[in-house]
Amino acid sequence: MKCQVCRGPAVIDIRRHNANFCPEHFLRLCRDQTSKAIDDFSMLEPDDRVLVAVSGGKDSLAVWDILLELGHRADGFYIGLGIGDYSDRSRGYAERFATERGLTLLVDDLLRDHGFDVPHGSRAAKRAPCSACGLSKRHLFDEAARRGGYDAIVTGHNLDDEAAVLMGNVLHWQTDYLGRQSPHLPAANGFPKKVKPLVRLTERETAAYCLLQGIDYVVDECPMAVGNKHLSYKAALNDIEIDSPGAKHAFFFGFLDRAADRFAAPTGETGAVIITPCERCGAPSSNDLCAFCRLTERATAAVPIEMGRTRRRGARR
Amino acid sequence: MRVLLRNPSRELEMDGPVQVSVLLARLDLNRESHLVIEDGQLVPGDKTLGRDAVVEIRSVISGGAR
Repeated sequence: MKCQVCRGPAVIDIRRHNANFCPEHFLRLCRDQTSKAIDDFSMLEPDDRVLVAVSGGKDSLAVWDILLELGHRADGFYIGLGIGDYSDRSRGYAERFATERGLTLLVDDLLRDHGFDVPHGSRAAKRAPCSACGLSKRHLFDEAARRGGYDAIVTGHNLDDEAAVLMGNVLHWQTDYLGRQSPHLPAANGFPKKVKPLVRLTERETAAYCLLQGIDYVVDECPMAVGNKHLSYKAALNDIEIDSPGAKHAFFFGFLDRAADRFAAPTGETGAVIITPCERCGAPSSNDLCAFCRLTERATAAVPIEMGRTRRRGARR
Repeated sequence: MRVLLRNPSRELEMDGPVQVSVLLARLDLNRESHLVIEDGQLVPGDKTLGRDAVVEIRSVISGGAR
C-alpha cells in the first residue's frame, strides 16, 4: 500500500477518500481537514483566545494539538467528574499533555467545587449518567470561558459524533435539536461561541492522528457510557460505512447543506423563551435557577457523607 | 500470534500469518472503528502479520456525554 502523495509506504487507508497515506501526509491531511472546517464554518478568527474542552481522550487532545499546529492560541480546561479510577487516569493524560508542551490547563472538579460527582449526582437527580455529565460539562465550560475572557470554546466532536447525534435526532424527529445542530454555535444570550473543528475527521482518523503524533490518551471507554444509545448509532453508521464508504460524511454534510435551515428558527425569531441570569450562579437561563444549579441542588442533597464506624446500641463486643 | 484487545482488555491467540483486514474480519471487528498496532506502529489493512506477531487491536469508538 503506497501513500497517495509521496508513494512511500502507507500506514493507513482512508476508504472514504479512496486513498492511503504515510505518517507525514496523514498528519497533514488531518490538519488540512481541520483548517478547512474552521474556514468553511467561520469558526475562529486568527486572534481568538480559545478554550479547549479537554477530557484526556483522543479527540480533545488531537484538536488541541492541531489548533496549536495551525497557530491558534489555545488553553485547555479539564473537569474532574468523579468517575472513580477512570477520571483519575483521564486527568493524568490531560495534565501530561499540557505539562510536556508547556501549555495552560485549567482544572475544575465537580465534587471539590460543586459538592457532587457524576455517579452519585445522576442517581440523586434521577438522570442518566451521560445526561448529568453533559449538562455539567456544558455549564462549566461556558462558565470557564466567561470567567477567563475566552472568545470560543472548542470541543473535540468528530464526524462520527455528529453523524450519530443527527441519526438520533432524525429517528426521534427532535426538530428543535435538528435546528441547532451545527459545527458552529455563535455566541448568543450570554452563552459563548462553541465550535467543533474536527467535524471533517472520523474517530478512526483522530485516534490514528494521536498515535502517529505521539499523543498518549486514555484508551479505555468511560464505564458509565456502556450501553448508551449514542454508541449503538455509531456502530450502525459504521456498518453502513463499510458497504458505502463516505456515507457518514454524506449524511452529516448533506444535512447541513440541504436540510438544516429548514429546522432553524426563522431569522429574528427567538421564540417565547426569555433568557435571564440564574438567581444562584448568574449563568444565562430560561428559568429562575439554571439547569446546573437545579441538578446541583438535587445531587448535593444525596451525596453520601463519610461516616465513622458505628456500633448498634447495646451490641456486644 | 498474540492479539490484545481493549474495552474490555483481553488477549487472544490467533493463527498466523494473516493479513490485517482478514484478522479483523475473523474477529468480526469493523475496520472503520478499529486500528491495528504492531510494535507501537500503525499497520495498514494489507499488511501481513507474522506467526509470532504481537498486535493490539484498538477500538476508536467513544461515547457518552460529549
